Amino acid sequence: MSGPLLLGVRHHGPGSARAVRAALDAARPGAVLIEGPPEADALLPLAADERMRPPVALLAHAVDDPGRAAFWPLAAFSPEWVALRWALDHGAAVRFVDLPAAHSLAMTGDPTWGDEDDDDTGDGDAGEPSAVGRRGLRLDPLAVLAETAGYDDPERWWEDVVEHRAAPADDPLAPFAAVAEAMAALRETYGHGGNARDPVREAYMRLQLRAARKEHGDDAVAFVCGAWHVPALAARTAVTADRALLRGLPKVRTETTWVPWTHRRLARRSGYGAGIASPGWYGHLFAAPDRPVERWMTKVAGLLRDEDRLVSSAHVIEAVRLAGTLAAMRGRPLPGLTETTDAVRAVMCDGSDVPLALIRDRLVVGDVLGEVPDGAPAVPLQRDLNRLQRTLRLRPEAAERELDLDLRKDTDAARSRLLHRLRLLGVDWGTPERARGTGTFRETWRLRWEPELHVRVAEAGVWGTTVLSAATAKAEADALAATALAEITALAEQCLLADLSEALGPVMKALADRAALDADVGHLARALPALARSLRYGDVRATDTTALAEVATGLALRICVGLPPACAGLDADGAAEMRGHVDTVHTAIRLLPDADEVAARWTAVLERLARRDTIPGALRGRAARLLLDDGRLAEDEAARLMGLALSPGTAPAEAAAWIEGFVGGAGGPGRDGSGGMLLVHDERLLALVDAWLTAVPAEAFTDVLPLLRRTFSAYEPGVRRTLGELVRRGPAEGGGAVLAGAGAPGFGTGLDEARADGVLPLLDLLLGRRRADDDERVGVDR
Amino acid sequence: MTVPGTTEDHRAETGADALRPHAEDAFAHELRALAAADDRPRPERWRLSPWAVATYLLGGTLPDGTVITPKYVGPRRIVEVAVTTLATDRALLLLGVPGTAKTWVSEHLAAAVSGDSTLLVQGTAGTPEEAIRYGWNYARLLAHGPSRDALVPSPVMRAMADGMTARVEELTRIPADVQDTLITILSEKTLPIPELGQEVQAVRGFNLIATANDRDRGVNDLSSALRRRFNTVVLPLPETPEAEVDIVSRRVDQIGRSLDLPGAPEGIDEIRRVVTVFRELRDGVTTDGRTKLKSPSGTLSTAEAISVVTNGLALAAHFGDGALRPADVAAGILGAVVRDPAADRVIWQEYLETVVRERDGWKDFYRACREVSV
Repeated sequence: MSGPLLLGVRHHGPGSARAVRAALDAARPGAVLIEGPPEADALLPLAADERMRPPVALLAHAVDDPGRAAFWPLAAFSPEWVALRWALDHGAAVRFVDLPAAHSLAMTGDPTWGDEDDDDTGDGDAGEPSAVGRRGLRLDPLAVLAETAGYDDPERWWEDVVEHRAAPADDPLAPFAAVAEAMAALRETYGHGGNARDPVREAYMRLQLRAARKEHGDDAVAFVCGAWHVPALAARTAVTADRALLRGLPKVRTETTWVPWTHRRLARRSGYGAGIASPGWYGHLFAAPDRPVERWMTKVAGLLRDEDRLVSSAHVIEAVRLAGTLAAMRGRPLPGLTETTDAVRAVMCDGSDVPLALIRDRLVVGDVLGEVPDGAPAVPLQRDLNRLQRTLRLRPEAAERELDLDLRKDTDAARSRLLHRLRLLGVDWGTPERARGTGTFRETWRLRWEPELHVRVAEAGVWGTTVLSAATAKAEADALAATALAEITALAEQCLLADLSEALGPVMKALADRAALDADVGHLARALPALARSLRYGDVRATDTTALAEVATGLALRICVGLPPACAGLDADGAAEMRGHVDTVHTAIRLLPDADEVAARWTAVLERLARRDTIPGALRGRAARLLLDDGRLAEDEAARLMGLALSPGTAPAEAAAWIEGFVGGAGGPGRDGSGGMLLVHDERLLALVDAWLTAVPAEAFTDVLPLLRRTFSAYEPGVRRTLGELVRRGPAEGGGAVLAGAGAPGFGTGLDEARADGVLPLLDLLLGRRRADDDERVGVDR
Repeated sequence: MTVPGTTEDHRAETGADALRPHAEDAFAHELRALAAADDRPRPERWRLSPWAVATYLLGGTLPDGTVITPKYVGPRRIVEVAVTTLATDRALLLLGVPGTAKTWVSEHLAAAVSGDSTLLVQGTAGTPEEAIRYGWNYARLLAHGPSRDALVPSPVMRAMADGMTARVEELTRIPADVQDTLITILSEKTLPIPELGQEVQAVRGFNLIATANDRDRGVNDLSSALRRRFNTVVLPLPETPEAEVDIVSRRVDQIGRSLDLPGAPEGIDEIRRVVTVFRELRDGVTTDGRTKLKSPSGTLSTAEAISVVTNGLALAAHFGDGALRPADVAAGILGAVVRDPAADRVIWQEYLETVVRERDGWKDFYRACREVSV
């Protein structure tokens, strides 16, 4: 063999990883070069630490702007990781030799290097950092090769020809030679394929390769890189030309560290385009010593059994057979993920996609979480936090102290946001206390920095590099994971408090989805008040709450539709609970913006509740009362409804429940004793209640007594006394229609207008109202 | 005395053949061409290789230029899994709501694999064991005593003896105890005849295709023992709204012509709307993918959409101005959606209030629906 060993791989390809290991074992090079940021060289020994468990990612970020960062994720089945571990285990020198992150990060966001998309195109090269944003059309070298071979799916083609094919035992280098040849043909036609940064990176890599060859000898160097780069590395170019390409590159100060990674984030659809859809499957292919399909099916069967589905060994056998036959029919060398999935669906899942979703989530993607030893440098999130603590003059102290914030001041508002964001991230530095004084613009926090919070910050580092981005990502993930509606509404409230406007969209989407699927009106009713409250907070903090208002209105409409059927046929406890919901919804609906239409609908719902016989008495009574208080129900009509509810045909217990609903005040936590005033003021209603009560038969009386006692004992003592006196005096003359004619107990009937006028001057004085003859009057009278 | 032209037409329509020829007859030339072009290995007693069977169903062009018409328009994966299942000697269960071409697929599969789609057991609530195992010719039985000559084999038995594909339609309509007679056949591949002390052993090439409706109420669920013997393939509803609108309008047109209803090309908007409503409620999400919905208990199959539109057309023709209006379909939709009067009604009203009400151009429909809903 002559010259360095160029191992062109597909990033995160298990077959490539296996081939790399075989090739390294055969060639035993003295130095291994890997495509990756050279700043991370100092961190390489950490990879040998036994507490280091992939998937992990190399993270490089700009020192003064932790938001500008890039990740190089590595899984156990990544060829780079395999090469790295091989070198460390065999005492070979190992170095990262891609363009330094100092340059690549500086280029990101620099318009002259307008190709900032991370390329995760098959094996093209995913070693390029997964930076933010992706645009522009790039050549996908795999797609070209696959199309040439007559495949419509590049991934499948690569799997068929490379991943699923074991390298011949006698020549472990053969696959690399073939891949290099194919790539060379492509590069001849397409050049650098639309990525302007590639020539620069390749020039840098060539220079590094030259230096390594000088140091370790021509044959003792192995280079692991994306297959796409192999032809460029093999090309003979002048050193000066390469140097010229590298001159004058922009540069920023950077720091690197290892961060734990997860399979979910390796998966393409989770947003960080590392470039593979099925990390769990790849991990399995890499880890399985033999018979990968059989082992996979056994794993699937195990998972399904844990979920209480009947899956026997016969199922596994049939699934393996079906997958094999399918692969043969489709002309593939081995069953791939598509074949195994089809077979699992037909044999183990009765053709249903529901258990398949579970398999996809737990096995195909997988729950694997990486670990990083404590010795790894601090994550950028910590730096961002330090910076924020400095600018906001909020020092972390072990001693507990209280902090009062006035949200109208900019600094205080920023402090509040920071504390709320940290709480979202599980860094409970501050806990909110009940605010002193009144007004929604005040907050009181209890601050205490404990040493383990550093650990929490490090853990939260997986979510992002700045407090803002991490909190946003965490909130979005929480919204997806939340199961109860109330959890999401609480989350929405937190997002508003923490001013995470970007997270609010996904949270609202999750909320709307959950609300749409939740069939329990009670859940919806519990969620609405928090939303209405959030809308008010939003006003204080001047955040955009249109989406929130939309969701809240949708929620209210759903409640209006679902409430009447849900109220029918409830028992006493259920009715009491529902009554609480009716009250909270009634209050919340009035807080919604543009509430007219919703309120009209709500009124219609209340009217239905008040008039329908199948609804429990407590609810009917409550609905009638709410309508009466809102002026939507005439007093005559209220009297008629009460008469109906209390007529002799109704069971006494039901009638007593109606009374409780009607005059018993608001249900739920905010119970008050105000309900009784109605009876004090409307003698007609009191007379109806009185007449009904005296007509209750003796044997039924003991049954309704507890209910009535509960209703009336909640009244304030004054109201109770007045009512008692009213009842003792008996019905007033003249039908009691005119309040003035009745008079309060202990007073004469009728009004003495002259004496009543006497209080007016003092009232005016108290209320600050001035009248023309004010001054004299006050003066003279005294 | 006949007019020459009409005689010609007459003969062309009815022909000498049956009203509805079997698949293997109707597409005989395609099957012949495929068999000629097919050089891949065939399982024993298969007329075609699995690949050719898949091509027969999905359509394509052969090297000699013969065009194979697609019999099934849908995901390729489904057909491949179905054909492969038959090749692995596991029985195939085709599941799906009404109108997803289950019977059609099973007939064509049998025609392509065995060249015979007539070994058919139609499942009903009254299907007896004899229909699946064997019956007796009682005259012969009384005259000559029990013998193979007195035995009347079922289609399944014949398929076993000849190594052919048997079909069982509407498997879940068959009473559970009768269904279970299939277990021995599918697991032991043999059918004992205790009366004669004999058995019929299935020869290679025998397999069974069953179809069943997976969302109907009041069917006899398969026992888990029987279910284990099947590979299940669920035939999906049409993937895109356009495909479904196309199917609905084509069928409505055919039915309308036979009922002498005026064709209503301007009704296409209404058909689109019906299909949209059905799809959205079925899928539990709006077409724009932005709002989730609850799904009602009804199946809301394409077949039901067809009947809603046909009903609407009849209403419009006999009581309206002839054009299909929102009001004509509203009642039909309500009937199809609200199967469970309590839960489904809430779902329907939520849908009306949160989705239909705010949609542009759906005001009339919303009003019509509210009128019939209250």
